[in-house]
Amino acid sequence: MGKRVGIEVSIAIAEAVKLARAEVIAAYPITPQTHIVEHLSEIIANGELDAEFITVESEHAAMSCCCGSSAAGARTYTATSSQGLALMSEILYHPGPMRLPIVMTVANRALAAPISIWNDHQDIMAQRDIGWIQTFAENGQEAVDLTLHAFRVAEDRKVSLPVIVNIDGFTLSHVIEPIVIPDQEEVDAYLPAFKPRVRLDVKKPVTMGPVGIPEVYTEAKMAHNEAIKASKRVILQGWKEFAEIFGREYNPVETYRSEDAEVLLVTMGSISETAMTAVDAMRDKGTSVGLVRIRLWRPFPGPEFRKAAGKASVLAVIDRCLPPGAVCGPVGAELRSIFYKMPGAPKIFSFVAGLGGRDVTVELFEEIVDKARAYAKKRPTELYEVIGVRER
Amino acid sequence: MAQIDAIVGWKDLPFGCHVYEPGSTAKFRTGDWRSQRPVLDKEKCIRCGMCWVFCPDMCYSQTEEGYFEANMEYCKGCGICAHECPKDAITMVPEED
Ligand code: SF4
Ligand code: SF4
Repeated sequence: MGKRVGIEVSIAIAEAVKLARAEVIAAYPITPQTHIVEHLSEIIANGELDAEFITVESEHAAMSCCCGSSAAGARTYTATSSQGLALMSEILYHPGPMRLPIVMTVANRALAAPISIWNDHQDIMAQRDIGWIQTFAENGQEAVDLTLHAFRVAEDRKVSLPVIVNIDGFTLSHVIEPIVIPDQEEVDAYLPAFKPRVRLDVKKPVTMGPVGIPEVYTEAKMAHNEAIKASKRVILQGWKEFAEIFGREYNPVETYRSEDAEVLLVTMGSISETAMTAVDAMRDKGTSVGLVRIRLWRPFPGPEFRKAAGKASVLAVIDRCLPPGAVCGPVGAELRSIFYKMPGAPKIFSFVAGLGGRDVTVELFEEIVDKARAYAKKRPTELYEVIGVRER
Repeated sequence: MAQIDAIVGWKDLPFGCHVYEPGSTAKFRTGDWRSQRPVLDKEKCIRCGMCWVFCPDMCYSQTEEGYFEANMEYCKGCGICAHECPKDAITMVPEED
């Protein structure tokens, strides 16, 4: 049944990694991810988890170690943030095509410059195309549950791909929430031991990560892409079985009061919870508004999103990332693509908010909805708008 | 581009692009973009093996008479062997076409 406790989300994630019986953890501390790996190192030092904790000199080394340990057949975990994720970048592109099931928590944080330790999604959006399965958690319970789900999906022999669970830095990582910590027996029932399809073995030599000359590179990329696309079935199955064992249900896309809503807010991550409060407030005032929350970011759940958006005529998409010089934020661009030229497609307006720790408040959501409704009548001159920015 | 014995479609690529056959790199004949080739003058050669030592592609192998012969399926034409040969026994000559 698990036990409901008041616990810091980072500590709860570390407990989930312990319950998952991770065997190798290679990590470098960086704010706001530090508490996760700090607590894991304590758990291992106290003999509560039989795992190797590799104290590396950088995130580049952390991810390199993770590739090696996963290739050797160990259940592998790491966590990072922001500049640390950026420093990992070179290695992040390897485990996908090499089919190494590593699980990583990214405590999302802004990227410098200016230096910021606070929360937004620019770090992960800069790594959008590394070819990992990616989910976004809305709250602490989800952060725990998605971590267990991540191991299950990553190591499934049909998938065998790395998975990132995104949690908002500070807003989730440093907040104490009531969280159900599952029982070991439940987790063991959900998560079988890692049995890799191939492992590094001196008795049966294999070369992993060879050169891909022009005659095979395209095919290798295609194989990886198809594997990511095909992983969705296992991701859904993993959530279905999770609900059966733990009683909590997850879907790639969730809605909130979206039925018959004229305007739908679209969010990803912890601002979804504030967005629900905002929807309630606006519904009370008679505004026809609802919410669609994206939980699965890669592979992008196009059909599920279209279904969730239903017959809404306006989508107000919020990106917590401002890609300079781009036509709009990454989530906005994705949604415009999946609806492009579809009959009856909603009008999509893209907003950027909540950069570098700026709060996304109920009032801000109301402003976004008002603007989206106005733009539906009179087209805006820009393809996206930065919300809550001071002009002077 | 290099010649490969087996061109396969993406569905037939091995899982994770792993290579299960040790030493299979030898199947990739990678010497076809060479613009010049080493030519040996046996009169000058003292069979010291410096060319064999220095060739970065490990093209050289020793013949029964003790001379060193470069395998043109792998030679890139870099000229290092000619440069290192203490007897100037190797001349780099342009590939004709
Ligand atoms: S280095 Fe020159 S002299 Fe020595 S074996 Fe090679 S060709 Fe002959
Ligand atoms: S030219 Fe270069 S690659 Fe060719 S045999 Fe000489 S050293 Fe080796």
